[in-house]
Amino acid sequence: MAPTRREFLQMAGFSAIGLALPVLPSLAWARTGAPAAGVSAYPAAPGPLPARKAKRWAMTVKPGKCRAGCTDCITACHLEHNVPAIGNPKDDVHWIGLQKVGHVFPAEAHPRLPDTIRGLSVPVLCNHCENPPCVRVCPTQATFRRPDGIVVMDYHRCIGCRFCMAACPYGSRSMNWRDPRPFIRKINQDFPTRTRGVVEKCNFCEERLARGILPACVVACKEKAMAFGDLEDPCSEVRLTLDRGLSLRRRPELGTGPQIYYIL
Amino acid sequence: MLEKALKGSRGYGIWVAFLLLLVAVGFFFYLRQLDYGLGITGLSRDVSWGLYIAQFTFLVGIAASAVMLVLPYYLHDFKAFGRITILGEFLAVSAVIMCVTFVFVDLGRPDRAVNLLLYPSPRSVLFWDVIVLNGYLLLNIVTGWTVLESDKKGIPPPAWVKPLIYLSIPWAVSIHTVTAFIYSGLPGRGFWLTAIMAPRFLASAFASGPALLILFCLILKRFCRFDAGEKAIQTLAKIVTYALATSIFFVMVEIFTVFYSQVPGHMHHLTYLFAGLEGHNTIARWMTVSAFTALISLVLLIIPRTRKNESLLALACFGVFLSLWIEKGLGLVVTGFVPSPLEAIPDYSPTGAEVAITVGVWALGLLLVTMFYKIFVSVRNE
Amino acid sequence: MRLYNRGMIIAGIVVFLIVTTFPFWYGRGKAVPPPDLKLDTPAILGLKEKRCVEPASYMRSSHMKLLVTWRDDVVREGKRTYTATDGRLHEISLTGSCLACHSNKKQFCDRCHDYSGAKPACWSCHIIPEEVR
Repeated sequence: MAPTRREFLQMAGFSAIGLALPVLPSLAWARTGAPAAGVSAYPAAPGPLPARKAKRWAMTVKPGKCRAGCTDCITACHLEHNVPAIGNPKDDVHWIGLQKVGHVFPAEAHPRLPDTIRGLSVPVLCNHCENPPCVRVCPTQATFRRPDGIVVMDYHRCIGCRFCMAACPYGSRSMNWRDPRPFIRKINQDFPTRTRGVVEKCNFCEERLARGILPACVVACKEKAMAFGDLEDPCSEVRLTLDRGLSLRRRPELGTGPQIYYIL
Repeated sequence: MLEKALKGSRGYGIWVAFLLLLVAVGFFFYLRQLDYGLGITGLSRDVSWGLYIAQFTFLVGIAASAVMLVLPYYLHDFKAFGRITILGEFLAVSAVIMCVTFVFVDLGRPDRAVNLLLYPSPRSVLFWDVIVLNGYLLLNIVTGWTVLESDKKGIPPPAWVKPLIYLSIPWAVSIHTVTAFIYSGLPGRGFWLTAIMAPRFLASAFASGPALLILFCLILKRFCRFDAGEKAIQTLAKIVTYALATSIFFVMVEIFTVFYSQVPGHMHHLTYLFAGLEGHNTIARWMTVSAFTALISLVLLIIPRTRKNESLLALACFGVFLSLWIEKGLGLVVTGFVPSPLEAIPDYSPTGAEVAITVGVWALGLLLVTMFYKIFVSVRNE
Repeated sequence: MRLYNRGMIIAGIVVFLIVTTFPFWYGRGKAVPPPDLKLDTPAILGLKEKRCVEPASYMRSSHMKLLVTWRDDVVREGKRTYTATDGRLHEISLTGSCLACHSNKKQFCDRCHDYSGAKPACWSCHIIPEEVR
């Protein structure tokens, strides 16, 4: 008789204890094509690098460094995550966008700000809030906050009620009003697409962090306008950046505890 | 008793067939929505809730208003309502079924609706709304049906119904309160973030629901040989009057707070609602109609002579219903999204398919009301 | 004892019986051959020991349960490595692990799913490399 799944998991647990864990770390996972003959087809780790871990992921953004008209971070993110380019504002889906300072920081923007600041385009994305309203309102726990602070979506569970979109004070979430697949220019095989009817948003590249790589937008930025790291680590790049002066967060008065820090 | 809904006059047959046709058209467009996705509606990234959720919100009010009959009759033994309390309960049943249907057609993935129960999330207001709505539906079906059945047999209703009826009174308040909390609990939407959202909802519900019921009673009187009685209708009319006045008062309170405090985040929404922003004034035009209709209806209802005139009363009740439908069934939901968090002023207008589906769900509700009332009148006239 | 509305009741019962037994008499006499699953992809042929993540019998009966566990492990727990019963480690990935060996989804997954009338929703999001390439 075949063992039940429970038995399997139990057995799996026992065998894991007896195992020296760093098995086969040198075997890079051949992502496409067949594994070489004679080599085990079973990869040990999802990637060549150890996963990046943190107590609290956070990001700093210096819009002043951005080149005018540059959209490298958006392109990289949307390619990486198979975000469709639908091309009309009604059905639009995006994970990062660029917005004028006055719209991102309405409380701070006043007419006497220098043009150099007022004219800036600010990258806006999910703030991965400390106290996320979207998570609070989700009726199926399809969106939830991981212990390392990343607010993720479980696209398998989302029922498309869009309560999270109403709850998000930043407009960071998009709905798949229609099938997104025909609008993905080039499909990245390493990341799934979404189906119509679910809500999606930035995931802080948690799939890249698991492979030990920094988020796509951070890597894509040639001006190094974005930094990413552990907020609890005093030596991380985000902490060193924050130590240097005043940083802004979007609508902090709402108590959501956004984790994207802007240096202007 | 159900078979009584199947037989009727020619007019009844035509009316039912007409409603069935509307339901069929709505269902046809719903199948298209299932195939294409919610992109078939006018909803967008910025205005992510629209006509469907607004109808849901408005109809929760209609459902809750049954308490305006149940409470005087059962708690204060107000005999005049004895004849029509069941009408209120059946109206509530139909309205809740419409509410649930509207939430369902609004889902992006209706095939996963059962996830609401598989992964219950007590922190989510929507979870509680599903619970209170279904509980209220059950309460009203059981109490309404049992009382009508006892009526038919000419015996007093069984004793166990009484506690359920008493329970339905606070429960009615709860459904509209929880529905208001869906909106008023969101930090980033200044228009909804107000503690009087729930009281406002209840006030407008207690005006629009009884107004609809008066219209139904007048129709029954004219076409179905059932007279609710002058006293019952006039008392209902007074309830509508006071509730409407309270509702208008609450809106004024809202307007004062927002415009005297001058907090831009709150002011922009109300400006959009009543005057439009940067030329986007479709909603504002509707709201002008709503405001004037409400005021005219209020005058007609306050003056005893016009209130007692059946035609003028019907006109006033239609006005109340229309005005509050515009306020809650159009303005309330959309305005929460405009301007957007990034200060865009998106335009939303429902598409033909969206309107057809909405009309279909309304027709479904009216069909239920028709059949329930047909059973009721047949039993009463026996 | 009298039966009221005899005609309607009997007609109703007949209709009910016809509808509920419809699949049986509709498919009578038609034998659908059992699916012929192909295990001859280059990746599988290149294996020294032909073994799936877990024994074939378990995979055949319970792969859907394993996949659901995998799905929740990755998405909700952030756990991306699966330790099999025999101690081997596998990356948890439908496209990256399962389809790396079973690169012939049409001859493998689909045949059995079609035969048994199962319609898994996996592929509306997860990528089938052979289709994208």
